[in-house]
Amino acid sequence: MTAIDPTAHLTAEQIEELGRELDAIRDEVIADRGERDAAYIRKVISAQRKLELVSRGVLLFSFFPPAWLLGTAGLSVAKIMDNMEIGHNILHGQWDWMRDPKIHSTTWEWDHVSPSEQWKHSHNELHHTYTNVIGKDNDLGYGIMRVDEDQRWHPFHLGQPLWNFINACFFEYGIAAYDLELGKNLHKRRRKSPEFRARAKAVGRKIRKQVLKDYVIHPLLSGPSFLTTLAATFTANLVRNIWTHSVIMCGHFPEGVQVFERRSITGETRGQWYLRQMMGSANISGSKAMHFMTGNLSHQIEHHLFPDLPSNRYAEVAVKVRALFEKYELEYVTGPLPKQVFSAWHKVFRLSLPNKKPKVKTPDREQELVAA
Amino acid sequence: MVTTPLLPSDYLDLVSPLRAGADLRGRIEAVQPETGDAATVVIRPGRGWRGHTAGQYVRIGVDVDGVRLWRAYSITSPTNRQDGRIAITVKAIPDGKVSNHLVRRAKPGTLVQLHQPAGDFVLPQAKPAKVLYLTAGSGITPVMGMLRDIEFDDVVMVHCAPQPQDVIFRNELHDLVADGKLRLTEVHTDTDGMLDIVRLDELVPDWAEREAWVCGPAGLLDAAEEHWTEHGVRERLHTERFRPRIVVAGDGGEVTFSATGRTVAADGATPLLDVGEKASVLMPSGCRMGICFGCVTPLKAGAVRDLRTGEITEAGPGVLIQTCVSAAAGPCDIEQ
Repeated sequence: MTAIDPTAHLTAEQIEELGRELDAIRDEVIADRGERDAAYIRKVISAQRKLELVSRGVLLFSFFPPAWLLGTAGLSVAKIMDNMEIGHNILHGQWDWMRDPKIHSTTWEWDHVSPSEQWKHSHNELHHTYTNVIGKDNDLGYGIMRVDEDQRWHPFHLGQPLWNFINACFFEYGIAAYDLELGKNLHKRRRKSPEFRARAKAVGRKIRKQVLKDYVIHPLLSGPSFLTTLAATFTANLVRNIWTHSVIMCGHFPEGVQVFERRSITGETRGQWYLRQMMGSANISGSKAMHFMTGNLSHQIEHHLFPDLPSNRYAEVAVKVRALFEKYELEYVTGPLPKQVFSAWHKVFRLSLPNKKPKVKTPDREQELVAA
Repeated sequence: MVTTPLLPSDYLDLVSPLRAGADLRGRIEAVQPETGDAATVVIRPGRGWRGHTAGQYVRIGVDVDGVRLWRAYSITSPTNRQDGRIAITVKAIPDGKVSNHLVRRAKPGTLVQLHQPAGDFVLPQAKPAKVLYLTAGSGITPVMGMLRDIEFDDVVMVHCAPQPQDVIFRNELHDLVADGKLRLTEVHTDTDGMLDIVRLDELVPDWAEREAWVCGPAGLLDAAEEHWTEHGVRERLHTERFRPRIVVAGDGGEVTFSATGRTVAADGATPLLDVGEKASVLMPSGCRMGICFGCVTPLKAGAVRDLRTGEITEAGPGVLIQTCVSAAAGPCDIEQ
């Protein structure tokens, strides 16, 4: 949909061949998947739990500033691990093959206000199937932002840098609202549908539990450290929210990432689906620690090609995927975190202002909602 | 509330996985070879273990190459073992994932998942005057649990194995014979041929008067059931069948949606999701291309083929399949 189609030089046969080559990469990992991978996720889960326990323990003494700092840092990291490398990936079914009911996409619940079940629908099903298709993939701007020149501008978009900042700070609530499709469901008629009410109730329950744990029970357990523990948990949630928001923005927002027209996916072949994932995602380069803290979403391109492969395999898969990008003369969008975050924010600012008329006319948001 | 969304047990499991109140698990403490292809695995069960009756089996969940697989094995240790441990004796069968893992690769210290002991292949409350144990191969394992547990006045055992060195617990059996506690006939099938059940008249002339426990391959059990019935003493026969039936993976087959009660024929290329929807079964679905895991459903029986990789998945406890990329590989039962 961008003015110059970066995949225009590929023939239909080449695209199918590319699909077959990607399938082969996937099959290779699946054939090799085993004990080493199972040990990895178990180790990560155990480390996360220990870190969280120790951090919360340290926070019992958080009236003492160094303890506050240490406990808050530990808890922030533990929460990031829980959301990214563990929660996100388990809920993708990456570890279902182990048949361990404790590490399974159908049983996992994460330290997050959006219930796993709802997130799996909006993320795994909608976002991963319709990646970057305007009007189908609401991750594209979360319904509150304009992230492509071809989307129609509204005065509302002037405020989008602010919306995006608020969304970053309270990201888990943003996700919960997003999973509920709150914008669309707040219309009077929809608000009353029993299905929506049940889902809203589930979110309410989850929020209550999370708030009670983080902001009531744990501070109370800290006794004299009540207020400092409260502040620490708030900070840890804030740090986790801003971090996950940044990482996720880097996945599809940086410059160079393509978006697609709704029409373009009718009758899409497997090869074309793969190609769309390749062109619609961006990576973050960096150290092993960096990949770990992003839940390997730094390998967003690989994750979008193979959302159900164990995350610890993305690094090795990336080498082969990148070679395919070169072979087919496609741009592998990647860069260090600050550069990618800047690029994404830059786009948010730039598109808050109107631009010249889009070359291809797309239905605006209201029309999309009616259609959906 | 303190640990939401996790449970306190998720944290306690980190330090004390065998404590009371935990999911039932056990820790492998030793693996002792019995024959070339059989070994006894000594397990310390968790505090929740209720204890077994001689002859019972335990379902055990073992992680093989990262995948949790469940199998049932007879308990071979006596019920009054002082150290609280239990033992199972496993014979490695060709291509047996779990049995080969336990016999050749299992390491002390490994945690395994356990169910409570089960099975009614056990001794009666009232002591029978005369006992016959007829076993073949690893069929000796539940009987060994009985032999080690209670002494009877008059016990005869007929055991079949290919060669003398294949007889599991051979030394212990011969010690019992030497002590006069057991009369034993070994049938070595490599030289003697398979045991013809009619030979019992010659090996144990009073077999029909004995309370009999028979365990071994299906052929032996079928023959025994027929033989005992023919002689009108069926009530004295107790049998244990280990592998009730082997799933034969085919191409397509009858699909049963057990929750809905529908059965339809399916070919080997149509995703089970489509098969179910066509039969008006309310199927959970999502991306329909195998990426979102929104359609996972328990596979209760039979086998399915992954349409992407061709991989066959057989039913078992905790086996869930993605119906959008799985097709019937023979008759199967989907809980939907």
